Amino acid sequence: MRRHLKILDFALASLQRRPFKNWAIIAVYAFTVAVVASVLFLTQSIRREAAQLFVGAPELTVQRMVGGRHVPIDIGVGETIAAFPSVVGVEPRFWGYTYDAVTESTITIMGAGPGMATIDLVEGRLPTRPTESAIGAGVAAMWGAEVGGEVILVDAATTGVLYEVVGTFESPSDILTNDLVVMTAEEAALFLGLPEGKATDLAVRVANDNEIDTIAAKVKRAFPDSRPITRSEVLRTYDAVFHWRSGMMLAVFSGGLIAFVILAWDKATGLSAEERREIGILKAVGWDTGDVLELKMWEGVVISSTSLILGLITAMVHVFVLGAPLLTPMLRGWSVLFPELHPTPHVDPYLLFAIGFLTVVPYVAATVAPSWKAAVTDPDEVVRG
Amino acid sequence: MILHPGVLGLLIGSGLVVALMLAGAVIGVRVLSGWDPSSASEHQLALERRTYLVSVLVSVALWIEIGSALLFIHTVDDLHELFVGAMCATGSLNANPVGWWVLATKAAMVLLFPVWIALNRLDQRAGDYPVVRLKYALLLALTPIALADFVLQLRYFRGIEPDIITSCCGSLFSESSGKVTGDVVSLPAGLTFPTFAATSVIFLAALAWTLLSRHPASKIVVTFLSPLVLAVGLIAIVSFISVAYYELPTHHCPFDLFQAGNLYVGYPLVTSLVVAVVAAFLPGIFLPVARRTSLGGLITKSERTWLTLSIAAYSLFIAFAAWPLVFGNLAWELM
Repeated sequence: MRRHLKILDFALASLQRRPFKNWAIIAVYAFTVAVVASVLFLTQSIRREAAQLFVGAPELTVQRMVGGRHVPIDIGVGETIAAFPSVVGVEPRFWGYTYDAVTESTITIMGAGPGMATIDLVEGRLPTRPTESAIGAGVAAMWGAEVGGEVILVDAATTGVLYEVVGTFESPSDILTNDLVVMTAEEAALFLGLPEGKATDLAVRVANDNEIDTIAAKVKRAFPDSRPITRSEVLRTYDAVFHWRSGMMLAVFSGGLIAFVILAWDKATGLSAEERREIGILKAVGWDTGDVLELKMWEGVVISSTSLILGLITAMVHVFVLGAPLLTPMLRGWSVLFPELHPTPHVDPYLLFAIGFLTVVPYVAATVAPSWKAAVTDPDEVVRG
Repeated sequence: MILHPGVLGLLIGSGLVVALMLAGAVIGVRVLSGWDPSSASEHQLALERRTYLVSVLVSVALWIEIGSALLFIHTVDDLHELFVGAMCATGSLNANPVGWWVLATKAAMVLLFPVWIALNRLDQRAGDYPVVRLKYALLLALTPIALADFVLQLRYFRGIEPDIITSCCGSLFSESSGKVTGDVVSLPAGLTFPTFAATSVIFLAALAWTLLSRHPASKIVVTFLSPLVLAVGLIAIVSFISVAYYELPTHHCPFDLFQAGNLYVGYPLVTSLVVAVVAAFLPGIFLPVARRTSLGGLITKSERTWLTLSIAAYSLFIAFAAWPLVFGNLAWELM
């Protein structure tokens, strides 16, 4: 044990003798770790946020399809579905989008319903009259509107309509409400130009989670032109999409990873005359090849652990403190009214393991052969120059 | 499915293991064909130097492989969320049955690599390379397993798509599954528990006997016992240890033990069993080479470490196995 500690001590001293070379490697190594870790931390946070948001979502959403496109559905369909055993409620939902030419942004319009209860209002209340609305933080900031103020929106008939703001949404619900304007259900249907007796889709509440798939199958049988979407399907799709996106980003970054591995190989191979002399002297005074290999292994451990810690700290600051400003545009898609992302700090040990596999393993593999080459240096040859 | 961070890590890891093992195998062939310990030629000196390279290559490959086995279990467990009908790693593996072969190749490597590392360590310490040919012959046998692991893993991950409807552990680890797992599950705990307890007592007694007496017969007994202990240990996990952890008489899936809900207890449980079995396997199989003068003393010294490690690891395994039986809430009659 003492022998190993002595070699570690020597390795640390040896690294300190060449600070510039080693800090250069650590800087590039830590940057590589930081990029990989940022991608994984951010996608994991988004997946977690999505999973938490969907806790309050309806178990089943039923849409009508015509020619492969989503079209308004008859509210009467809901009454038939409500009669299915285990269905505890069907609620027509009225929602859609409107483009605001002044701010060049797309705003989501939604009719107030019982589902709204899960979204917290920062102040005020939900609209109860046709002339009232509640708005998300992004819309409020864009229009400079607050409770008691007014917003003008362009409806389906391209007429500007004035709404009094009676409530604004809290920022923790940003991801849901940032670009949202809520009005009464009837007013939303009118604003969006939905025909009488039609809704955008139907939210179906099912009492027993085990029966969701059966209800979905029954809906499809009763209404062949419908598309029932279960909550778990949406969550699975989110998971798959964000796994794919993070993998895609890592694949794009693989060029950087290969460049890093080549750099590590090059630095490990290109021993200076001084380093070769040092190894030669060590072997001349009695170190054997195994000892020198252990010395090189300890150097690798010190460099890898320092870089890993620095890279992980950088990634945590980037994602959890700064909100991942460098990555979000690529990961979350395209829009004008983006919610501000405040990922909840959470690090899964599995992610740390995966990060290690994507960065440390290639580094170690790249430095094996150069370490051996250094370790088998013939003392006689080196000392004589 | 390839573009999952865990999958990318696994493929990079396995790819590197193959590269390291192939490099080792190429050098191994050269050593096998040109090795002449009586020669003092430059060629022989270069070969002796290269043996160090091979030992580092394979050691690194082993560590990557151990990490890879753990990452594989966690990744397939993480992937289950993407499949309809999957609830743990079993569902993900059933989504493309090649996954079970990947698990088998990884297990084979984790069990066989340490034997090679131990042999290599002894060979290098002996100074006159007494088992160099045996070592490289073994390396050439291990390389195809690493290659098979990489190819099967690639086939597995390429073959799974999120739209596959898979079957969960409830159907594989049920009495009516009609598979080996079903037979294991249908064994009553009243039979498997005494078998496990008896095997454990015999195994620990044999280890202690070997440690104290160093009798060649005891080493052979311990070596022959170790695969049996591994099999009985795995059957015990499926038959009653998992049931005791879940506190659910009908649930026998061992993979749920690797989930956060069970505090990842599967990792220390299986790791301690594997370490105990591999360490106990070594003394007996090195008996034929122990007669060589330069190795005898070294093997005797190493045996103490192996046997102590095996006793410690197996005691840990028993502690993890006994914990839910002693402190859990499931009544014994229900198992």
